[in-house]
Amino acid sequence: MEILKTYKLYIGGQFPRTESGRSYLVESPDGKAIANACLASKKDVRNAVQVARKAQSSWAAKTAFNKGQILYRIAEVFEGRKAQLIEEMCSLGASIQEASQEVQIAIDRCVYYAGWADKYQALSSSVNPVASSHFNFSVPEPMGVVGIVACQETALSGLVSQMLPIIAGGNSVVLLANSKKPLCAITLGEVLATSDVPGGVVNILTGNVAEMLPTLAGHMDVNALCLAKLPTELMVSAQESAIDNLKRCIIQTQDFSEASAQGMQYITDFQEIKTTWHPIEQLAGGMGGY
Amino acid sequence: MQPNTSLTDFSVLLNSVAPVDQIGSLERIAKIQTRSLKGPAKLQGLRMALSMIDLTTLEGKDTPGKVRQMCYKAQHLHDQADGLPTVAAVCVFPTMVGVAKAALAHTAIKVAAVSTAFPAGQAPFEVKKLDTLHAVEHGADEIDMVISRGRFLAGDYNFVFDEIAAIKELCGSARLKVIFETGELDSLDQVKRVSTLAIAAGADFIKTSTGKIQPAATFPVVLTMLTAIKDHYDKTGQMIGMKPAGGISSAKIALQHLLLVKEVLGEAWLNNEWYRFGASSLANDLLMQYQKQLTGKYQSASYFSID
Amino acid sequence: MSSTNWNLEPSLESTAVVQIKAQYELFINGQWQAPLSKTYFDSVNPADESHLAKIAWAQAQDIDLAVQAARSAYENVWSKLSGAERGKYLFRIARLMQEKSRELAVLETLDGGKPIKESRDVDVPLACNHFFYYAGWADKLQEAFAGREVAALGLAAQITPWNFPLLMLAWKIAPALACGNTVVLKPAETTSLTALKFAEICQEAGLPAGVVNIVTGYGDSGAALVAHPDVNKIAFTGSTAVGKQIQKACIGTDKKLTLELGGKSANIILEDAPIDQAVEGVINAIFFNQGHVCCAGSRLYVQESIATRVIEKLKFRLQSIYVGNPLDKNTDIGAINSKKQLETIERYISLGVEEGAEMYQPSCHLPAKGYYCPPTLFTDVAQSARIAQEEIFGPVLTIQTFRTIDEVLQKANNSPYGLAAGVWTDKGARIFGLSSQLQAGVVWANTYNKFDPASPFGGYKESGFGREGGLHGLSAYLKFIN
Repeated sequence: MEILKTYKLYIGGQFPRTESGRSYLVESPDGKAIANACLASKKDVRNAVQVARKAQSSWAAKTAFNKGQILYRIAEVFEGRKAQLIEEMCSLGASIQEASQEVQIAIDRCVYYAGWADKYQALSSSVNPVASSHFNFSVPEPMGVVGIVACQETALSGLVSQMLPIIAGGNSVVLLANSKKPLCAITLGEVLATSDVPGGVVNILTGNVAEMLPTLAGHMDVNALCLAKLPTELMVSAQESAIDNLKRCIIQTQDFSEASAQGMQYITDFQEIKTTWHPIEQLAGGMGGY
Repeated sequence: MQPNTSLTDFSVLLNSVAPVDQIGSLERIAKIQTRSLKGPAKLQGLRMALSMIDLTTLEGKDTPGKVRQMCYKAQHLHDQADGLPTVAAVCVFPTMVGVAKAALAHTAIKVAAVSTAFPAGQAPFEVKKLDTLHAVEHGADEIDMVISRGRFLAGDYNFVFDEIAAIKELCGSARLKVIFETGELDSLDQVKRVSTLAIAAGADFIKTSTGKIQPAATFPVVLTMLTAIKDHYDKTGQMIGMKPAGGISSAKIALQHLLLVKEVLGEAWLNNEWYRFGASSLANDLLMQYQKQLTGKYQSASYFSID
Repeated sequence: MSSTNWNLEPSLESTAVVQIKAQYELFINGQWQAPLSKTYFDSVNPADESHLAKIAWAQAQDIDLAVQAARSAYENVWSKLSGAERGKYLFRIARLMQEKSRELAVLETLDGGKPIKESRDVDVPLACNHFFYYAGWADKLQEAFAGREVAALGLAAQITPWNFPLLMLAWKIAPALACGNTVVLKPAETTSLTALKFAEICQEAGLPAGVVNIVTGYGDSGAALVAHPDVNKIAFTGSTAVGKQIQKACIGTDKKLTLELGGKSANIILEDAPIDQAVEGVINAIFFNQGHVCCAGSRLYVQESIATRVIEKLKFRLQSIYVGNPLDKNTDIGAINSKKQLETIERYISLGVEEGAEMYQPSCHLPAKGYYCPPTLFTDVAQSARIAQEEIFGPVLTIQTFRTIDEVLQKANNSPYGLAAGVWTDKGARIFGLSSQLQAGVVWANTYNKFDPASPFGGYKESGFGREGGLHGLSAYLKFIN
C-alpha cells in the first residue's frame, strides 16, 4: 500500500499542522483526490509573521556572500528533488515536459539570484556629490517582512521567482501558496529546511488565499506585499488593508514561466534606500568631498 | 598664585576633553557671519572693538621711538572724532616695557610684554624665566607667553603644564596670557586640549597666535577656544579671557568675533577685561568704519594716522 | 565687571523687490485662468496676520482643464522633444530662478513665515540647484538604468506642503520634467505665492504651454487632482493621514505613487560626541524652519553620562536664538505657518506639561500680532509620552536619556515613522554600526538637516515611500518598459 504524504505548513523552519486543525483536498484537474493540504488560518498567518519578524534581522545581518551561498545551496538541494516536484506537478495536470521545464526554471532562478546576493548593492547604491563638505552615500536595505501571494497559475516557477529576489535582498517572507496547487510549495519548504536557510526566513502557508490575505495584508508588522495576479476584489481589499501601516504593495504581472522573468529590479523593488551623511574634515585648506 | 588645577586632576581633565568636529564648527561660524549689525549696535560694536585692542609692535627693528609713537596712538586713536575709547593695551617686547610704561604713565592703558623666548619659545627655561622677570620688573601689566609647541605636539603635556604654571608664579600681579600658536598645532581637537591645559595651569587669558605664523586667529580656532573657556566657567564659575591675534585686520571680521563671543560666552565677556584683539592694522579699519557710520561716507586711509 | 548690553537692531529685508498682485488666477495651459466657480480664498502673512492676496480656489472642473492641458502638452509637445531639449528648458528655468532669487526668498518669507535667512540661504538656492541637477539628467536617462528601457509616465499630479513651498515644488517638478512628464501641481493653500511666481518663470522661460500647470486651492482641489482618471503619477508631500487617503484613492488604478510623509526622527548623542557641535546640531535639527520639517530631529536621546551637560548647553544656546519678524535678517525662528498650526503646537505643549514632562522656554519677546511660538524643550520625557511619539511639527523638542547603545537603538526605532535619524559620536565604527541599524531613509552622522539635490530623500515605514533627489529620485517619474 502506498503511503500518502500529509502536506503541512512550513513555519519557523518547522512543519506544523495548521493550529486550526483543518485541511482541504487537493484535486487534479479531472477531480481525482491527490492529497490533503493544511487549510491555514488567521492565527497561522499571525504565527508566521511573528517568526518571520524574529528571523529577519539575523538573516539580513548575514554577509551578502553567505546569503549567496545559501541561495546556491537551495539550487543544489532542489536538483535532488527534481523527480518529486515533477511528479507533484504532473499529478495536478502538467505534462512531464511542462513540469520538467518549470522545475528547471526554478532551479535556474536559484542560481541566478544566488549570484545577485552580493552584487545588487553595488549596482543600486550611489555616492552622491553633495555641495558641502560631507560624504554622502545611498545604499539599499531590506524592507523587512514581506508578504507574498504566490502566483495562482503556476505551481512552482511563480512562487520561486517571487520569493528568491526578496530573500536574496535580506527580507524574510510569509508566502501564501497557490491554493489549487500547493504541493510544490510545501516541497519547496522541505528543500529550504535542508539547505541552510535559517528557520523563519521563509514561511509557507497553504489554504484559501481569500481567507488568509486580509490578515496578512492588514498585519501591522508586515512591511511590504508582493502580489501576483489576483481577482480584483481580493486585490483591492488587500491594498486597502495595506494602507494602515503604509505597506509597500508591489504587483507583479510578469509571466513567471518565462525564463526571462528575472532581474535585479525584483530585488530592489523590495529594498529601501538609505542615505547617510557624514562630515569630511577639510585638510590642507581644501574642501573635502567626492 | 596657584595653577587652576592640580596635576592629577589635570590628566583626568585632559582625557575628558570632548572632540571637536571641524565642519560643525565652520557651520556654527557661518551662522554668526550671517548676523546683520546695523545702526547704533554697529557703532557700539566698533567702539567696543577699539577698546579691546592690544596695539602691537613686535619687530626686530623696534626702537624706543617707534614704541613711543605707538603709545601716543594708543591714547589718541583719532582725535578728529569725539567719544572714542583708547585701546586696552600696547603689546611689546620685554626690552620695550620700560619705554612703554613711561609713555603711558597716568593712563589706564596697560602694557603687555611677550615673553618666554617669543615667538618660537625655543629657549631653556632659565632664559624664559629671565625674559619674564625682566618684563615684570619693568612694570609689565600683562605677560603674553608662548607655549612649547614642540613639547605639546610630542605629547609632553606635563612639561607644558609645568612651564605655564611656573611662569604664572613669576607674573605676580601681572595677568598671564598664554599663546598657543595654533597655526603650528594640528587640529581643533588639539586646540581644545591645549586650551583646557593652559586654563588648568593658570592662564588668565588664552591667546591664539604670535602673529608670526599663518594661519593665525581663524574662526574655528577661536570658537574652539571660546568653548573651552565656557566649559571651564560652567564648571568653576571662573572667567578666563580670550585674545585672538593675527589676521584680524578688518572691522567686519572683528565684529563677527564679538558676535561669536556674545553667543558662545555671553555679554559678560564683552569688555577689555576679558577680551582683546592682538592687532596692529585693525584699529584704523575700525576707525574708518566708525566714521562711515557717522558720516554715511566711505573713508580713505589717507585720513587716518598710521603710528 | 558688569556685562555689556549689546543688542542687535532689527535689520529688515526690503520687500520692495516683490510685487504681490491683489488676486491670483489658476495657471493652466500657459495662461492665467479664473476658476470656473469664481471662488477665491485669502492668503495671509503669518508674521502679522495681514492680508496678502486673493487666490483662486480650483474645483474639479478647473482641475479637469488643467489635466487636459497637461495631457495635450504631453502628447503634442513635451513627449516629442529630445531629452537634451527638455534639459535646456530646465537649465533656463534654473537660471531665471537664480536671477530672481531675492524676490523668491522675500515672497517665500512673506507668505510662509520662515526666516529670510533660511529662504535666502537654504530654500531658494536649493530649489535652483535642484533644477540644475535634474536638467542634466534629462538626456541621460537611459544611462541611469543600464540594461533597461525607460519612458516617461505621462502626466504627473503633484501636491506640495507649506513648509518648504518652492523647494518642494522644485523637488517635484524638476525630476518630472526631466523624465519627460508634464505636470499639474497644487501648492498648499497657505503658501501659494512662490508656486505662482514659478508659473511666471515658466512663461518667461518659454516653456511650452501646458507642460506645467499650477492649480491653487485647499485639500478638495488636491483630492480632485488625485482622483482624476487621466493622471499617471501622483507625488505627495504632507501628512501621513492625507498620504494614506491618497494611497487609498490610487488603488485599482495604474497611477504610480510616491509619498513623503511625517516623521518623529531620533537624534542620538553618545557620550564621546563632539558635544558643542552636537548641541548646535540639535538646534539645527529641531528649530530649523520653526520645526516645520518632516525630518526634524524632534526626539533627542542623550547618553546619561553627558545629559546634564548637554541640557545645560542647550538651554544656554537658546538664549541667543532670535524669535520674531521673519523679514529680520537676524531672526532664527520666524512665524508659525498658520493659526491652525500654532494651535496644534500649543495643544502639544500643554499636553507635555500635563504628561508631567518639564518644560523650558527661554524668555523672548514675541511680536504682538502674528503666530509665534518660542523654542521649547521638554526634559524628563518618557518614551510612552504622546509628545515623544506624535509629530508636533513645531519648535518643540523632547529629551530622553539612555544608558546603553542597544537601548537607544531600540528606542529610536520604536516609532511608526522612519524618515530620518541623527547620530553624534566621534567613533567611526559606531557611526556605521548605528546608521546601518536605524530604520530611517536618511541618517545624518555628526550633522543634521542637510539637503542636496544629489542626495536621495525619503522614508521608511509610515514616513512614506519613494525617493526624491539624486539618481534614485528618477525612477519615481519613469516607467520601465523592460
